[in-house]
Amino acid sequence: MSIIRGRRRVLAIAAAAAGLALVATGCSSGSTDAGPAAISSAPAKLTGTVTFWHFFTDREAAAIQTAVDKFQAANPGVKVEVKKGQDDEKTIQAIASGQPIDVVLSYSTDQIGKFCSTGAWRDLSDYVKRDGVNLDQIPTVVRDYTQFEGKRCSMPMLSDTYGLYYNKKLLAEAGYSAPPKTMSEFSAMAEKLTKLDGNGAIQVAGFVPTFGFYENAPAHFAPSFGATWFNADGTSNIGSDPAWASMFTWQKKLVDFYGYDKLTRFTAGLGQEFSADNAFEKGKVAMMIDGEYRNAFIKAEAPNLEYGTAPFPTDDAKPDLYGAGYVTGNVIGIGRGSQNPEAAWALVKYLSTDTDSVVSVANGIKNVPTTTPALTSPALEKDANYQTFLDVFANANSTTTPTTASGKAYQDTLGTFAQNWQAGKVPDLAAGLKTVDQQINDQLALGSAP
Amino acid sequence: MTIAVDARGAGQPSPALRAKRRRQRLTVLAFLTPWLLGVAIFFIYPLIDTVYLSFTRYDLLSPPKWIGLTNYRFMFTKDPQVVQAAYNTLWLVVILVTARVLFGLAVATLVTRLKSGLGLFRTVFYLPALVPPVAGVLAFVFLFNPATGPVNQILGALGLPQPLWFNDPSLSKPSLVMLGLWGVGDLMIIFLASLLDVPKEQYEAAALDGVNPWQRFRYVTLPNISPVLMFAAITGVIAALQYFTEAVVAASVASGQATTGGGNAALLGYPEGSTLTYAQWLYVMGFKNYYLGYASALAVVMFAVSLGVTLILLRRARSLVYGAEGTR
Repeated sequence: MSIIRGRRRVLAIAAAAAGLALVATGCSSGSTDAGPAAISSAPAKLTGTVTFWHFFTDREAAAIQTAVDKFQAANPGVKVEVKKGQDDEKTIQAIASGQPIDVVLSYSTDQIGKFCSTGAWRDLSDYVKRDGVNLDQIPTVVRDYTQFEGKRCSMPMLSDTYGLYYNKKLLAEAGYSAPPKTMSEFSAMAEKLTKLDGNGAIQVAGFVPTFGFYENAPAHFAPSFGATWFNADGTSNIGSDPAWASMFTWQKKLVDFYGYDKLTRFTAGLGQEFSADNAFEKGKVAMMIDGEYRNAFIKAEAPNLEYGTAPFPTDDAKPDLYGAGYVTGNVIGIGRGSQNPEAAWALVKYLSTDTDSVVSVANGIKNVPTTTPALTSPALEKDANYQTFLDVFANANSTTTPTTASGKAYQDTLGTFAQNWQAGKVPDLAAGLKTVDQQINDQLALGSAP
Repeated sequence: MTIAVDARGAGQPSPALRAKRRRQRLTVLAFLTPWLLGVAIFFIYPLIDTVYLSFTRYDLLSPPKWIGLTNYRFMFTKDPQVVQAAYNTLWLVVILVTARVLFGLAVATLVTRLKSGLGLFRTVFYLPALVPPVAGVLAFVFLFNPATGPVNQILGALGLPQPLWFNDPSLSKPSLVMLGLWGVGDLMIIFLASLLDVPKEQYEAAALDGVNPWQRFRYVTLPNISPVLMFAAITGVIAALQYFTEAVVAASVASGQATTGGGNAALLGYPEGSTLTYAQWLYVMGFKNYYLGYASALAVVMFAVSLGVTLILLRRARSLVYGAEGTR
C-alpha cells in the first residue's frame, strides 16, 4: 500500500510539475500577432478612447499635451488618455504583458528593430498606403530609422541632432572668434581654453573628452570620423574601419593632455547634465557636444549665457564631412494590443505629419522637425543657434546608429571598451577593437540563435 | 474488539481512526492552502518558468524559442562582462558581509558596555538602517564627492590625500562597504538582543574561573550568540549575491548621469565596471538588452550558487552553533 501511495505521490508531483511547466511556457509566450490590418477606408468619424504613453516630463510634456489638446479639439469624439514619463522599459513590459496601449512614443531608435520584427508595434504600411501619406516628405535618414527590414512600424516625431556648443565669451578671452572645424583645431582650442588653478586642478575645461560625460558617446562622435558600425553581412566592422581607431586615438590624446584622474575629479564636481547646474550653462566647460534641445534648456536655465553652435569638428583627414552629425529621433507607433487602432493611427498621423502640430511641438521643445513642410514652415521659430541643427539634419553625411533585432547591446559593448580605453587599460587599440568585434558578433549571434 | 484488531493485523488503524486522520489532514491542508498557493504561484511557478526560459531565446515580445544550452555556453565562454560582474559580487560577498558582521558585533558589544545613554546610542546607530537605500547612497556619494564633498574638504584641510572614492575603480567597492557599515543598524539591533540574552550566570562562573576578556568572549559570548551570527552571515551572503540598488545608484550619480531616458553605456558599473554586480548584469541583459533567455540562465546560476552557499553555511553551522539539541 505504502509503495503504491508513494508512486501516486511521485506521479502527482510529476503531473503538477508538468502542468506548471506547461503553464509556464504558455504564460511566457509572447505573441507575434500584430493585430488586424487597416480597414479599406478611413472611418468618417473617429470615436472612443486612445491611450498615449510617452516619455516626456515637465516642460516638454506640456508641449506634447498642447498638441494632444488640438487633436482632441479636431476630433471631438476621441478622448486621449496621456501617460507621461513612460520610458522604453515600461512600455515594452506593458505591451509584452498584453496591456492595450494604443499609441507609444519612444525616445530612441535603438529598439525599432525589436518593435518591428516582433510585431510589438503594428505594421503601419496599410494605413500609410490607404491614407496616401507622402513618405517622401520625410528625409531619407529618418525614413530609415523608423522602419526595420522594410517593415514600417513607426513614424518619426521630431528628431535629435548633435553638434558643437561653444561659450563665445570664453573663446573670445582666449583669442578665438570662430568655432573649430577640424579635430586638430578643436584639440588645440580645448587645450588653450582650459584654466587650471595654482595646484594644477582644472577650473574650466576647454572640452571634457571622457566617454560617459554628458553626451560623450562613441555613437555621437562617429559621424565626425565617418565611422561605420557593421559590414554588409551584419557583422561588426569596428575593428576593421580605421575611422574608429582615429576617433579613439584623438580622444585619448585629449584625455592624456588633462590627465585622467584630474578629469575624473573635475567632472565629479560638475552638475548633473539635465539640471540648471549643467557645466556648460555654468561656464565650467567651454565646448561640448549636445543635441539641439540644449538650446531650450539654456533659454530656460541660463538665458544670459553667450554661446554659439556649429557642426561638430571632423577628422582632419575627412574635411568634407564637416556639417554632418549624429541624428536620432523620437518614434511613434501603435501597440499591438491597441483597442482603437483607427483613432490611434489618426493620432500618430497627426503628431508625425500634420505640419502645424509638428512645428508647434518643435517650437515648444526645440527638437528638429522630421518633415520637409515643417522644416521649411515660416512658423518654425529659429535663430542662428537652432538653425545649425537644421543644417546638420539636412546634411547628406549625417548618420544614425543602425537598428538591430538585438537593440543597442552593440553600443553598450563599445561603451564598455571606451571606459577601459580612456583609463589607459587597453595597451593595444587595434587588438582591443578586434575583441570588440568578436564580442558584438557573439552577442548578436546569441540574439538570433537558431 | 481484540478479534477485529487481529483480523486487520497488528498496527492497522480502524476505519473510524483513518477517517478521523483523513479529516485532520484535510483540515491541515485547508489551513495551509493559502500558503501553498502563495509558494506555488510566487516561487515554484517562476522558478520552473525561469529554468525553462534559460534554455530559450526570448526577448519578451515574441514567443520563446528552444535553443538548448546556448545561453549557458555563452555565459561560460563568451560573455566578458559576466566574469567582471561575478568577481565584483564575490568581492562584496566576502568583504562586505564579513565587515558588516564584525562591525555590527563590535557596535552592539560597545552599546552593551554603556553605563548611560544606552537608548540614545542604540537609536543613533540604528537610524541609518531606516534611511531608504537610494537616499542613503545619494547622501554618501555627495559626502564623498572628490571635488565638492565635505569628506575630501576636511582631508584637504588636514593636508591628507583626497581620494576619488566612488569615482576610483580601486575604491568604489570599499566605498560601498563603508556605506554598508554606516547602515549596520539592522545587524546591530539583533546582535544587541542576542548579547543581552546571554545568561549572566555563565559570565559569573567564567569570572570565578579567572578568564581573561578574550576567553570570556570566545567561550561564553560567542557560543551563545553563534546562531544569530550564522543567521546574519547567511542572510548577508544572500543579500550580497543580489546586491543591486546601491551599486546602480552610486555609479549613476558618481558618473554625473543620474537621468532617465536612453542612458549612457559608459555608466555600466562606473567606474570601469568596478561596481557592476551580477544582479545588475542580469537586469541589463534581461530588461535593457532584452535577452530574457540569457538573463534567466544567469538567474538559474545565481539561484544554484545561493542555494549551494546556504547549504554549506548551514552544514557548517551545525558544527559551530549550539543548536536546540545541545549536542556540542
